[in-house]
Amino acid sequence: MVELKQEPQKLTAFLSGELDHHHAKEIREAIDFAVREQYPPVLILDFKQVSFMDSSGIGLIMGRSRLLEEYGGVLEIHNPPPHIRKVLRISGADRLAVIRNTSRKERPKPAQKPPAIPIPEMPEITELLPETAPEKEKGTEPEHAYAQ
Amino acid sequence: MHTLNELKCTFPARSENESFARTMVCAFAAQLDPTVEDLADLRTAVSEAVTNSIVHAYRGGVPGPITITVRLLPGGVIYIRITDRGCGIADIAQAMTPLYSSAPAEERAGLGFTVMQSFTDKLTVTSRPGHGTTVVMRKKMQHGTEQQTADCS
Repeated sequence: MVELKQEPQKLTAFLSGELDHHHAKEIREAIDFAVREQYPPVLILDFKQVSFMDSSGIGLIMGRSRLLEEYGGVLEIHNPPPHIRKVLRISGADRLAVIRNTSRKERPKPAQKPPAIPIPEMPEITELLPETAPEKEKGTEPEHAYAQ
Repeated sequence: MHTLNELKCTFPARSENESFARTMVCAFAAQLDPTVEDLADLRTAVSEAVTNSIVHAYRGGVPGPITITVRLLPGGVIYIRITDRGCGIADIAQAMTPLYSSAPAEERAGLGFTVMQSFTDKLTVTSRPGHGTTVVMRKKMQHGTEQQTADCS
């Protein structure tokens, strides 16, 4: 399976499932169609969701590397799981493309907006402090103590 | 060598069966409770051997049979024999050369045997042109849980 994301300067192919000989052809055709439509300066193959890959995946990488060489494009491999990294190393395919781990930046889920929850709570705390502080000021004594 | 357990399966050389074949071997090997890494290596090696038979053995004809025999040997060793009755390999040394492929147009990387060699302990290939090819692999599976216990003590 492959999901393609086209941006002005790059094309990202989010691969998923099992990348074997049986599935490689369909993935290859989808990527090549998009590449020939856009000729992206950078093609990213994202392996984060790939559960299995054999040398058919290496064939896919080698073939895309050649295709990009034709017009001077750059190939990047993103987020290969440990086992896929091992297959890449053994085959020498890690020398054909830049390998990056970008999962935290590249795939933010729309629901994940961590700052949205803590920020509204913070003003409440700061508002509480001035309220209690003036009450203490009325008592005067603590102020003198600190002034000395 | 004394066989502790055995599985034998024959299926047609269709690419739909690649996933099934490697999953079946791994399911059999799971009785050893192996490490995740060893199981992944075994899965990949089996996939390479089966894919070779599917891509090359019955080229241009009706997909013939592929037979897989998996044995559990003493000492946590998995023995896998994958046989086809296809065209055979005339020059095994050439076929095993990294990056050599007789089907480059289909984007075969020519690394199937390289991966099999890297991911198992022993690989033997025998072939008779016109009669078929047999690949035998052996791999000692590390016991996942036991190894972790040993590391802790």
